Amino acid sequence: MNYITLQSMSVKVQNLSKLYGSQRAVDNISFDIPDGQVIGFLGPNGAGKSTTMKMIAGFIEPNAGSIEVCGIPVLEQAMLSKQKIGYLPENNPLYYDMYVKEYLSFVANVHGIRSINNRVAEMIEMTGLDREQHKKIQHLSKGYKQRVGLAQAMIHDPEVLILDEPTSGLDPNQLEDIRSLIVNLGKEKTVILSTHIMQEVEAMCERVIILNKGKIAADNQVARLKSGNKKTQLVRLKIKGKSASKLQLNHVKFKDIEDGFVLAQSNNSEVLTEEIFRYCASKEWVLQHLSQEESSLEDVFKELTK
Amino acid sequence: MNQFFSSLVGYIAIGIFLVLSALFTFVFPSTSVLDAGFASLDTFFSNAPLFFLFLIPAITMRMFAEEFNTGTIELLLTRPLKIIDIIGGKFLAALMLVVFSILPTIVYYFSIYKLAVPIGNVDTGGIIGSYFGLILLGASFVALGTFSSAITNNQIIAFLIGVLFCFTFYMGLDFLAKMPVFVGRLDYFIEHLGVNAHYLAMSKGVIDTRDLLYFLSLIIIFLLLTKIVLTKRK
Repeated sequence: MNYITLQSMSVKVQNLSKLYGSQRAVDNISFDIPDGQVIGFLGPNGAGKSTTMKMIAGFIEPNAGSIEVCGIPVLEQAMLSKQKIGYLPENNPLYYDMYVKEYLSFVANVHGIRSINNRVAEMIEMTGLDREQHKKIQHLSKGYKQRVGLAQAMIHDPEVLILDEPTSGLDPNQLEDIRSLIVNLGKEKTVILSTHIMQEVEAMCERVIILNKGKIAADNQVARLKSGNKKTQLVRLKIKGKSASKLQLNHVKFKDIEDGFVLAQSNNSEVLTEEIFRYCASKEWVLQHLSQEESSLEDVFKELTK
Repeated sequence: MNQFFSSLVGYIAIGIFLVLSALFTFVFPSTSVLDAGFASLDTFFSNAPLFFLFLIPAITMRMFAEEFNTGTIELLLTRPLKIIDIIGGKFLAALMLVVFSILPTIVYYFSIYKLAVPIGNVDTGGIIGSYFGLILLGASFVALGTFSSAITNNQIIAFLIGVLFCFTFYMGLDFLAKMPVFVGRLDYFIEHLGVNAHYLAMSKGVIDTRDLLYFLSLIIIFLLLTKIVLTKRK
C-alpha cells in the first residue's frame, strides 16, 4: 500500500487545458492542494487564474484534463462536487435588489440546509454583517457586499473555498478585515484565492502558484519562493562619509538611496555582506549599517512573468 | 426563484393588466360589454392575449439576460442545481405571476353573470375553457420569453425578441397563412402552428387533447431550447 495517498488531497488538477478559440487560456496545468492549505493564484491579468477557478467550481468545462475535489471528479459528478465548494466569483456578483437576509436564506435553501434561520444568523455574525443585515444588498458599501459574497460562499460549510480576487477594490480598512477573515477561514478549510497583489499572498497564503500565459511559472511555499531567488543579492549599507561614487568593488554595483544609505547589488557573489565588510575593514572606513535585503515576492513575480 | 414577488416589476405588470382589461371590458364604449347587449366576456378574452403580448416579455426579459449581465449566472450555475431545474423554477415563478394577474378577473365573470337576462344566462362552459386557454397561452408566452431572455445579455433586446416571438406565434402565423401562396394548400397547417387557432378552439368550451398537446409541446420545446442555449453559453 502506498502511504502517500493517505494524505487527502482537497483539490487535484491534472493536465487541465481550456481553449478560447485558438488561444490557450489554460495550458496543461497540474497541481495538488492538500487539506487545509491556503494557496494563492498569482499572475498578471489574463494569465488564466479566473478560468482555472471557474473550471474547479464547475462553471465552465475544460477542453482537456481532470479535476477532483475531495476525491470527487468535478466533471462526472458535478452535483456532489458543487456541494463541497464555496465560490466567490470575480467582481462578486449578487442580486442587488434582494435583502441581505433574504439572499442568504435563498442560498441556504438551494443547498438544502435544514435550519435556515440559524445558519443565516451564524453567517451574519461570522462575517460581521450584524448592522447591515436588514438592508438591501445594493445599499451596502463595497466591503460589506464582499462580506455578503463570502457569506454566500460559506453558508453550506464547504470543504474548499474558491475566492476570485476577494479583496479587489477595497479600501485599506476593509482590506484588513477581509484578509483576517480569510486567514481565519484558512485554519479549517482549503482556500484557493487569486490576486495580482503580491503583499496579499505574503499576508494570507502558505503556498503560491504563479500563472503566466496559461502555464504554471512557479509553484512553491511562499517562504521558499522568496529565499529561492538568490541570483541577485541586495545589501543595504551605510558608511560614514562615503557615498556610492566613492565605493568600488569587483562585480558589485553601488547606488545611493535615501539618508546616506547605499544599495549594493551583485549577480555572482554568494557572500556579499562579508565582502563588503572586509572591503570596509581594509580601507578602515566606519561601517554604520549592513543588512541583507530580502528579495520581495514582487521581484520574483516580475522575473517569472516577464 | 421568487425574485418577481420581491420586485416591483411583477406588481406593476399585474396592475397594468388588470386596469387595461377592466377598461376594455367595461368602460371603453367600442368594446364594452355594457354597450354590446350580450352578456359575454369575449372582449376580455380577445384583448387579454394582446396585453400579454407585451406584459409577459416584460416580466421574462430579466430572467436570464440580467443574470448574464451581472454575472450572477455564475453563482447560480455553481450551485448544486441542474440547469433544467433552474429554468423550470424561473418558468413556474413567471407563470404564477400570470395566473395571479388572471385570477382577479373572475370578478368579471360574476358581474356578467348578474347582468345577464335572465340572471345566470351566460356561457359558463365557454368561459371556463377560455380561462384554461388563456393560462396555457400565457404559459406559452412565458416559455417564449424565457428563451429570448437566455439568448442575450441585454434586457431590452430580450424584451423585443420576446414580443417578436409572441407576436409571431399569436398572430404572425395567421397572417402568413392568409398569403395567397398558402391559401388552399398549407394555410390550415400554418394556422395551427400558431397559438391563436388553439386558443380560439378552447374558448368554445371544448378542451381537445390536440390543443392541450399543442400548448404543452410548444412550452417544452422552448424550455429545452433554453437549456441548450444556457449550456452552450456558460
